[in-house]
Amino acid sequence: MDLSFGPEYEDFRAELRSFIEKNKHKAPPPGMGMHHPGPQEQDWQKLLIEHGYTCRTIPKEYGGYGGEADILKTVIIQDEFARANVNSGLSGQGIGMLVPTLLERGTDKQKEQYIRPTIWGEIYWCQGYSEPGAGSDLASLRTNARVEDGHFIINGQKIWTSSAHFSDMCFILVRTEPDKPKHEGISYILMDMKTPGIEVRPLVTMTGAAEFNETFLTDVKVPVENVVGKRGEGWLVANTTLKHERGMLGDPSQLLGRIESIVKILQNETLDGKPLMQHPMYRDRLVAAQAKTEALKYHSLRLLTHTLNNEDPGVSRLIIKYYGTTLSRELSDIALEALGELGSLYDGSPHVRSHGSWQWRNMFDLGLIIGGGTSQIQKNIISERGLGMPREPKLAETK
Amino acid sequence: MEFGLSPDQKLLQDSVRRYTEAQLPLDRIREYANTKTGFHTGIWNGLVELAATGVLVPEQYGGAGFKMLDAVVILEALGRTVAPVPFIGSAIMAPAAFLAGGTEIQKEEWLPQIASGEVKFGVGVTECISTRDSKGVTLSGDALSGNAMFVIDGGPADVFLIAAGPDNMAIVPRNAPGVTVTKLTTIDYSRMHTEVKLENVKADLLGGKGKAGAAIKQTILAGRLALAADTLGAAEVMIYKAVDYAKERKQFERVIASYQAVKHMCAEMIAELDPFRSLVWYAAHAYDEVPGEALLNVLLAKSGIDGAGKFIIRTATEVHGGMGFTDLMGLHYWYKRVSVNRSLLGTPEMLRNEAAIAQGWLAA
Repeated sequence: MDLSFGPEYEDFRAELRSFIEKNKHKAPPPGMGMHHPGPQEQDWQKLLIEHGYTCRTIPKEYGGYGGEADILKTVIIQDEFARANVNSGLSGQGIGMLVPTLLERGTDKQKEQYIRPTIWGEIYWCQGYSEPGAGSDLASLRTNARVEDGHFIINGQKIWTSSAHFSDMCFILVRTEPDKPKHEGISYILMDMKTPGIEVRPLVTMTGAAEFNETFLTDVKVPVENVVGKRGEGWLVANTTLKHERGMLGDPSQLLGRIESIVKILQNETLDGKPLMQHPMYRDRLVAAQAKTEALKYHSLRLLTHTLNNEDPGVSRLIIKYYGTTLSRELSDIALEALGELGSLYDGSPHVRSHGSWQWRNMFDLGLIIGGGTSQIQKNIISERGLGMPREPKLAETK
Repeated sequence: MEFGLSPDQKLLQDSVRRYTEAQLPLDRIREYANTKTGFHTGIWNGLVELAATGVLVPEQYGGAGFKMLDAVVILEALGRTVAPVPFIGSAIMAPAAFLAGGTEIQKEEWLPQIASGEVKFGVGVTECISTRDSKGVTLSGDALSGNAMFVIDGGPADVFLIAAGPDNMAIVPRNAPGVTVTKLTTIDYSRMHTEVKLENVKADLLGGKGKAGAAIKQTILAGRLALAADTLGAAEVMIYKAVDYAKERKQFERVIASYQAVKHMCAEMIAELDPFRSLVWYAAHAYDEVPGEALLNVLLAKSGIDGAGKFIIRTATEVHGGMGFTDLMGLHYWYKRVSVNRSLLGTPEMLRNEAAIAQGWLAA
């Protein structure tokens, strides 16, 4: 057991810390930002790239830093920005999913055209995967494209397209080979969101905000050279990206921060004149959740070690999404129930606590349990790939 | 950066597991447990030969001089095979007590005998955590009187370490005048804990009179971590037994492992348990290297894994269906080991309360 990072990395950490200290006044506020990156975000992003604090491994010729992959540096960067509560650069599906996919599968022209403006925050992307009839079973998607004089003509409907209303481009999965088996008939296409025939309707969720959209596509014309990989290989291309998805190591720092917030609530809020912390029922639940959160923290270090040693951590990694999202919801449950009636206040009501953010969090946590592979899909993955249990046989064709 | 077992620790894990798994197939687990002694000479001697009994004893006292994480590796292997040995009392808690609070003379007398397995210790600290039936031991003048409940591994013990209040711990030979030992049979026949009644017993005090406060705390800390590691091993075995059984058992013309209802139970079990392996490892690391973090992490690790264990012993049994409920399947030996671990040295709620106090969240 050696939990030190060693001198090279501690130097890197010290440099990064002083960079953050010196430059943080230029940083836009942290957070996802449900809007197109503006000039301040773009400038901050370029400064971070220049120093190798984001887009580290993206080649220089495409506007990145061009550094070697180094997971310890990645972890240190994540830690230090979180610790300072300073914006760590742009995220989103363009940078997180499309760019790694293009690097691996795109043509030179596609890389040239899209990577630099994407990582610099000039082109913002949304992801066109899910459909009303294709959620957990994504490969059954029905949005289709036929080819007519050098163009795909796309028709269909996508759902859960977050950010579609301000995105410049969409990477979309469509069925181009209707006669092939379902996984072999899909293509991965880059679509300009200004193309005629695209209608984006906000999808208001239970939180009251429009975090997602429905996107309707009617005879949308996209040049055939905008396919990534070959026609019919879209499923494969989309899966390239899965291994790049964030959160593969688990990110307990957010949850640890939320534990601290709940400690403050329990110390500062009173029930029957006594601080909540003096009521054992809330305290007990808090410590139980803290144990799981601390466990996740050390679990992430264990996974990191496996990654450094090029070992497959097997089931230990597969549990992360299920465990983390379940725990996150447990935390917001505790905060809400400790606050009692006050916890139910929302929308700037008198007496509302933290602007109702725990209610928002609690609802959004449920969204996270469902999105990105539901907990039930996760349990299938854990048991099948992690424990070697067989898939459920398909239903025989019924009349 | 290396969070995990070192190559040496992996070798230790291999050799201990190879030994315990060869010596303790189900029929022997059953045979030994049914003696209700909490002891098997052959297994104990085997652990002595592997130098396991001296894992925490420094080399200068004839031990292996290893760290707590090495001990955790051994404890996990013992939990995996429901081993009938007084390892937690004798090889973990007793050396922790002597190292934290013994005089040099006491260490020289007892630690070599612990390492060689010649003397087996039972440890009575329950009343420092919680008192039941108004029991407890008091020291007046130089004589001890009262009852120590749930003396860990007291069944096969030759000598006891018995706490008398928060600051005194006595070294009491089993055959000393005024000592009466009563077996406390739990559902777990693989270990035997006892009540020890003392009537005016004169005994050597660890570190001298009023000097054992820190040692008692360290003994409890080590014991809790050991119980967590034991549960880790036993609970993980139950999960994989459930998975294997589900892959064999057929109903409605398919193996039950292909039903999502069953698969999801198994996925939930491993998801509950596996992160606590990481926390148990870290708590063991902190025990030696980051003492300031040891208490909180041990409290969180034991209470957490007790909770996971409670879920797993129920769920793994359910996956086995009716067979899980039978003696024939033998799954109950692991069930009972995990269940009793949960009740020893502080139940989850008590530990969580202590954790809140340890963090300064409320006045003690």
